[in-house]
Amino acid sequence: MVETFYEVMRRQGITRRSFLKYCSLTAASLGLGPAFVPKIAHAMETKPRTPVLWLHGLECTCCSESFIRSGHPLAKDAVLSMISLDYDDTIMTAAGHQAEAILEEVMTRYKGNYILAVEGNPPLNQEGMSCIIGGKPFIEQLKHVAKDCKAIISWGSCASWGCVQAAKPNPTQATPVHKVIHDKPIIKVPGCPPIAEVMTGVITYMLTFDRLPELDRQGRPKMFYGQRIHDKCYRRPHFDAGQFAEAWDDEGSRKGYCLYKMGCKGPTTYNACSTVRWNGGVSFPIQSGHGCIGCSEDGFWDKGSFYDRVTDIQQFGVESNADRVGGAALGVVGAAVAAHAAVSAIKQSRSKQSDVNDKQG
Amino acid sequence: MLSAQDMREAEAHGRSVKAVYVYEAPVRLWHWVNALAITVLAISGWFIASPLPSQPGEASENFLMGYIRFAHFSAGYVLLIGLLGRIYWAFVGNHHARQLFVLPIFNGTWWKEVLFELRWYLFLERDPKKYVGHNPLAQFSMFTLFLTTTLFMIVTGFALYGEGAQEGSWAHTLFTSWVIPLFGQSQDVHTWHHVGLWVFLLFVLLHIYAAIREDIMSRQSLVSTMLSGWRMFKDDKP
Repeated sequence: MVETFYEVMRRQGITRRSFLKYCSLTAASLGLGPAFVPKIAHAMETKPRTPVLWLHGLECTCCSESFIRSGHPLAKDAVLSMISLDYDDTIMTAAGHQAEAILEEVMTRYKGNYILAVEGNPPLNQEGMSCIIGGKPFIEQLKHVAKDCKAIISWGSCASWGCVQAAKPNPTQATPVHKVIHDKPIIKVPGCPPIAEVMTGVITYMLTFDRLPELDRQGRPKMFYGQRIHDKCYRRPHFDAGQFAEAWDDEGSRKGYCLYKMGCKGPTTYNACSTVRWNGGVSFPIQSGHGCIGCSEDGFWDKGSFYDRVTDIQQFGVESNADRVGGAALGVVGAAVAAHAAVSAIKQSRSKQSDVNDKQG
Repeated sequence: MLSAQDMREAEAHGRSVKAVYVYEAPVRLWHWVNALAITVLAISGWFIASPLPSQPGEASENFLMGYIRFAHFSAGYVLLIGLLGRIYWAFVGNHHARQLFVLPIFNGTWWKEVLFELRWYLFLERDPKKYVGHNPLAQFSMFTLFLTTTLFMIVTGFALYGEGAQEGSWAHTLFTSWVIPLFGQSQDVHTWHHVGLWVFLLFVLLHIYAAIREDIMSRQSLVSTMLSGWRMFKDDKP
C-alpha cells in the first residue's frame, strides 16, 4: 500500500499541530497567501508520496549539507519524510548491494512517477572514470535512472552549470546535467550550495501542485531566481546614494556601505539570498560584510576576480579587463592618429607650396 | 566621383556644381542629439563601472549614483528613439539618408573606391576624389564601427536595464529575456557592454580626426555640411 505524506509524517511522530504549522510556513516561503495553507495540507493528506532518488556525481556534498539544515521549524524532518527520499547514498542507512537494490526497486515500482534529484555532475573524459558509483561511471547511473523519471532537479551549481570541477581547463570534462539528459524536464536550483529553504520550497511546490514551478529561460524557478541579490539588498540605499566601501577595513566598510566597488556580484546574480537569507534567516554574505561572489551564476569561477567590479576578459588569450584593453587600443590609435595628422600637415603644406610653384612656373 | 543621381542633380543645377544639399534637417538634428547622447552615456557609464568616491552623510540625503544611472538610462532612451527616428528617415528622406544603413558590398567599383580611399589615407594618392555623400571608406567605417556598435550597445544596454526594470517590463521582454541566456550570465553582458564604450571612444577619435582632416585636405566641405546640410566643393574640376 502506498502511504500519503501525512500518514508518513504522523508515523514519524509529527503532531497534527506541527504539520499544520509546517504547511503555513511552506505557503509563506513559496509566496502564497493563507488560502493555500489548507490546499497544501489537503494535498499532503491525500496524495501518495512521491519517491525522490537523489544521486551524487562529482560534488562536495555542500548541497546536501545545506538541505539538511533547512531552518524552518520541522522542515528538515517533515521534508525528509515527506518527499520519501528512497535513495541518497550519502545519508541513507543501507549500503552496497542493498542500497543499489532500492534504486532498482523504486525505478520499477514508480516507473515514470519518481523525481530524480542530481547533486554534482558527470565527468565525461576518460569514459567517465573520474567518478565511479557502485563500480560504474556515474554517467551510466545518471542515464539509467533518468530514463524513467518524471522530472529532474539539478541541485546546486555543479548539476546546473558545472561549477568548480568544470572551471577552466576542466580536465575531467565535468558536464552539467542538462547537457547529457535532453528528454526530461529539468529544474535548475543553482547556488554553491543553494539555500536550504529554496531547495525544500522547490520540492514542496512540485509535490503540492503536482507540476513544475514556473521556470525562467535558463530553467530556474522564477519564484527564487527571478530577481537579483542587488534588487533586494538591504545595502541598496548606500548604492543609490553613492556610498561605497573602498577597502575591507575602511570607514565605509565599518558603516556597512555598499560593497559594489569591492567586486560584489549582487548586481549580476539571480538568487534569493537577500530575501530568504541563510541559516534560518540569520544572515547572508553581504550582511556579513563580504560581497556576493555570484555562486549561482553560470561559470562564476571563470569570470575573473571575486573582488573586481570590471572583471577580466579571457577571450583574447590574455587576462585583462575592458579598461586596460580599451585604454591600450585608444592609446595606440591615438598615437597613430597624431602621427597621421603630422604627416598630413606636411603633405598639405608641400602641396600648397607646389601649387604656388605651379602658378609661379 | 559623383554617383548617377548626383550627376543628374549636377546637370540639373548646371555643369559647375559648387554645392549640393546632402543632409536634411532631421539627419543633422539626429547627428548632434546623438553625439550629445553618446557623450552623456560614455561619461555616466564610466562612473557606473567605476563610481566616484563615497558621499558623506546619511544615505537618505544622497542620490548620486541614482542620478548618474538616471542620466545613463535617459540618454540610452534618447539613443534608441533617435536611432528609430533615423531609420524612419532612411525610408522617407533623400538617398544620402540611406547610406548609413546599406553597404553595397556586391559592387566591385565600390570596393575599388574603398581601396582608393585607403591609399589616400596612406599618402599613396596625391589628390583626393570628390564625394557628395560619405566617401566609401567613411561609409564602411560608419556601418561597421558606428552602426553595429550602436545596435550592440542598445541591445546589451537595454538588456541590463531590463534586469533592474524586472520581468514584465518591455526591456526585459524584448532584450533581457534572450540576451542574458545568450551570454550565459549578466556579468559577461556587463563586461562586453563596457568594451563597447571603448569601441565608441575609438570611433569618436577617428570620426572627429577624419572629419577635420578631410575638411582641410579634401575637395569638399565636411564639418560645415553637418551644420548647414550643404556640401560645398572647393574646385570645379570633375
